[in-house]
Amino acid sequence: MQKRDTDRYKLFTRRVALVAGGKVLLLSALAGRLYQLQVLESSKYATLAEDNRINMRLLPPTRGLIFDRNGEALAVNRQNYRVLLVSERSGNTEAALDRLDHILGLTEAERKRVAREVQRNRSFVPVVVRENLAWDEVAQIEFNAPDLPGISIDVGESRDYPGGEPMSHVLGYVAAVTEREQQESSDPVLTLPGFRTGKKGIEKALDMPLRGRAGNLQLEVNSVGRVIRELARDEGQPGTNHVLTIDAGLQRFAYERLQGESGAVAVMDIHNGDVLALASTPGFDPTAFARGLTQAEWENLRDNPLGPLNNKAISGQYPPGSTFKMITALAGLEAGVITPATRLPCAGSVTLGDTKFHCWLRGGHGSVDLNLALAQSCDCYFYEVARRAGMDKVAEIALRYGIGAELGVGIPGEKTGLVPTRQWKQATFGQGWQQGETLILGIGQGYILATPLQLAVMAARLSNGGFAVVPRLLREANAPDGKSKPYPKLKTSPEHIRHVLAGMDAVTNSQRGTGYGARIVDPEMAMAGKTGTSQVKRITQAERDAGNKRAELPWHLRHHALFVAFAPVGNPRYACAVIVEHGGGGAKAAAPVARDVLVETQKRDPSATPPRQVAGMGSGTLPAREPR
Amino acid sequence: MRTPEMSLAEKLWQVNWGLLLLLALIGMVGFALLYSAAGGRMEPWAMRHAVRFGIFVGVLLVIALVDIRIWMQLAYPIYGLAFVMLVAVDVLGVIGMGAQRWLDLYFIQLQPSELMKIGLVLALARYYHHVSAENIGRITHLFVPLGLIVAPVALVMVQPDLGTAMMLILSGIGIMFIAGVRLWKFLLAGLAVAGAAPVAWSMLREYQQNRILTFLDPERDPLGAGYHITQSKIALGSGGLFGKGFMQGSQAHLNFLPEKQTDFIFTMLAEEFGMVGGLVVIGLFVCVLLYGFAIALRSRNHFGRLVAMGITLTLFLYIFINIGMVMGLLPVVGIPLPLVSYGGTAMLTVLAACGLLISVYIHRDVTTNRSGSPFS
Repeated sequence: MQKRDTDRYKLFTRRVALVAGGKVLLLSALAGRLYQLQVLESSKYATLAEDNRINMRLLPPTRGLIFDRNGEALAVNRQNYRVLLVSERSGNTEAALDRLDHILGLTEAERKRVAREVQRNRSFVPVVVRENLAWDEVAQIEFNAPDLPGISIDVGESRDYPGGEPMSHVLGYVAAVTEREQQESSDPVLTLPGFRTGKKGIEKALDMPLRGRAGNLQLEVNSVGRVIRELARDEGQPGTNHVLTIDAGLQRFAYERLQGESGAVAVMDIHNGDVLALASTPGFDPTAFARGLTQAEWENLRDNPLGPLNNKAISGQYPPGSTFKMITALAGLEAGVITPATRLPCAGSVTLGDTKFHCWLRGGHGSVDLNLALAQSCDCYFYEVARRAGMDKVAEIALRYGIGAELGVGIPGEKTGLVPTRQWKQATFGQGWQQGETLILGIGQGYILATPLQLAVMAARLSNGGFAVVPRLLREANAPDGKSKPYPKLKTSPEHIRHVLAGMDAVTNSQRGTGYGARIVDPEMAMAGKTGTSQVKRITQAERDAGNKRAELPWHLRHHALFVAFAPVGNPRYACAVIVEHGGGGAKAAAPVARDVLVETQKRDPSATPPRQVAGMGSGTLPAREPR
Repeated sequence: MRTPEMSLAEKLWQVNWGLLLLLALIGMVGFALLYSAAGGRMEPWAMRHAVRFGIFVGVLLVIALVDIRIWMQLAYPIYGLAFVMLVAVDVLGVIGMGAQRWLDLYFIQLQPSELMKIGLVLALARYYHHVSAENIGRITHLFVPLGLIVAPVALVMVQPDLGTAMMLILSGIGIMFIAGVRLWKFLLAGLAVAGAAPVAWSMLREYQQNRILTFLDPERDPLGAGYHITQSKIALGSGGLFGKGFMQGSQAHLNFLPEKQTDFIFTMLAEEFGMVGGLVVIGLFVCVLLYGFAIALRSRNHFGRLVAMGITLTLFLYIFINIGMVMGLLPVVGIPLPLVSYGGTAMLTVLAACGLLISVYIHRDVTTNRSGSPFS
């Protein structure tokens, strides 16, 4: 037994030695691994650990403000008081919302959205319950804070447009970032909750400079993203402020003057191109877009037959009708086919081939010269002038005076209008140009299309003596004093222009003029202009025979009423174009609007003072709006 | 030969106080780390860790003073008790519709698999105690030990507790090896396992395969199963040679490190005290293991030797699996670091096992007959 145990002990010690050797080997492996991780690869893991610890958080930059030329704020940022719910601290979400319901009166939809967002986010992420709180609501929540665990008030920023509806088309609006914007740009600022980007108008055109540069916050966080402390902060840079050439008061006046109609008014300085008013009716409330439209609001806007979302001043394209006759006249003069004294007969219609071309005056004007033809808007006279000058000459002059090309006023959505050419006709219709179409072109009908702003530019280029003024909503950065380099002189003889302007003067200021009824009586402010009525629907022979009562037609088939004008006559400064969609005759519907707007313009005389420059960067945020 | 009837005072004199001091040092490291893990607070871990340590050292001493022959008598009953309890938790687990490792005895939550770690060592030691050197080679003497190992492993696998199962297998096989089972049998078994591996792999479910692949390459799934190990490696690596300093471990304190107070506490140690700190603690454990070897070699009864070696092996497995796991050398299986990790049952197991070790030391000169009856 003793011997057996000795044998066993010998075996045991051998095995113990083997086991000990094995353990030494394995523990050495541990030590080796420790050396590998902590010495050889240490720097790699140190970097990883640093990344783990630091989390960047973006700080949204304050959006730049927009002012009118007199320094009136048109687009501002308001403090936006929001209620936030942190489910981690509030406990049961439903119960917390019930408590909040006593103060705010939550809707079922709000509750559902909050519940959904609470579910989706981690429990310490704040969820917005409601934005744009009124003062008394904020006060009540703060007062009841001890009974509202997990509920807090937070101040954000929301865009507000004190300019309201009159400014809506010029300013545009901001709205939530779309999926497409996020795909197209990798700018991380787009992912911030509640971030808004410019969607229309100036807000869209200047979106980048208005946005500014996002700041960031370096936070130390733990692995679930909870903030431990702030490490560094870069405030970023607020967006730059911008001053428009618009006179907000004039814009409001023009907008209200057109209220109830579907139309547009453009007023500009004929020398420097400042756009003083660019109104389109009806408008919309841009602030509603910034906070987010309800489905009903959106459908109302979309389905409104008057097209409140369409900026008719730059996106509406209309046949210019008789307002185009200055162009035809210039074409005739420049081609040398007429002189101001040339008299042409008008018998109420002319016949070309099988087609009869009517004058608006059934009996005809008899024998007319240039001045009378413009004053009376004689169609037969301009049929003949266009025929003699040829469509190429007419098109050339039209392009020269700003029709048919984008003007670059500085907001998106600008349309080019259309000046037809032989090639265009061939390409579009597969047919050659017909001479009858030249006649129609001569009175601004047919294919030709112009925007109201283009018509204002036409009036401006005529009244400034033939300088290629370009409209602008913003004064260029290279001309901070408001004086930009002179616009190039157009290649039109001043003499020709003088005769055309005299004709426009006769329209409003001679008793036989079509616009005499809408003249400005004060000789200091007197305007010269041209009426226009553009056909939406061709007038049939039957209608002519029946007496042509346009007012009895359904609204959408009535003529568009147009008027272009400049003032004051002696020493022009302002040009204006008005369109009233389906308004009937230009003399009756459009000219009085132009008269009132130009009187108001001259009273305010915005060009007497250059736009006030507002100091560079976004100067912050206005307090929340008091009444809701 | 010392008489079996030593007085209590004599026994106390024989207690291996050096080993106890080592254990206390390791416990203090755990205390300090748990204090740091809580962000510089005694609550919720450090204080309880210390209190438990005090109580369980009392248990250790009681176990140490009990005669080794009584432990030999109790070897099978303890194994049997642990086995019954394992069956009980499995049954209750089935009833409770989920993994259950705990048996709630109202005054203490007992984890039978922990008791089994000691029970298996005792039972195998008891079995080999009466097998002579010549008979060990017989095939028939393989069946009982293999049965003793396989039965509890199967029950633990059902729970499922892969870590404990692994430890039971390794310590069981280790004792068989130490007891003298021929080397070629182990080699043959190893070859069989290697041969069966591809077959077994194909039988595994996809998620199980994924778990193993993730262990091999944690970056495969950095936010899922590989997250723990990746973060642990970052913590270790960023600790460098000397560490970030006490309570300065950013990985641990920013909660990137999972389970920092339990299974991954070694990571926190190495992040805050660097490679130097890690080696010091490994060194302390090596000293404990050396005590175990010494005690085993000095014992004059075979049961005592095998128990001492078995316990040493168990301790080694705890240490190796835990540290290997946090360093990405082994799969994450949920084995704590003895006396450092927070957790009562594991500490009780380890200190009770050390109590047995000391009992072997105190009663090192006791001889027993092969039938195992005491006081021969």
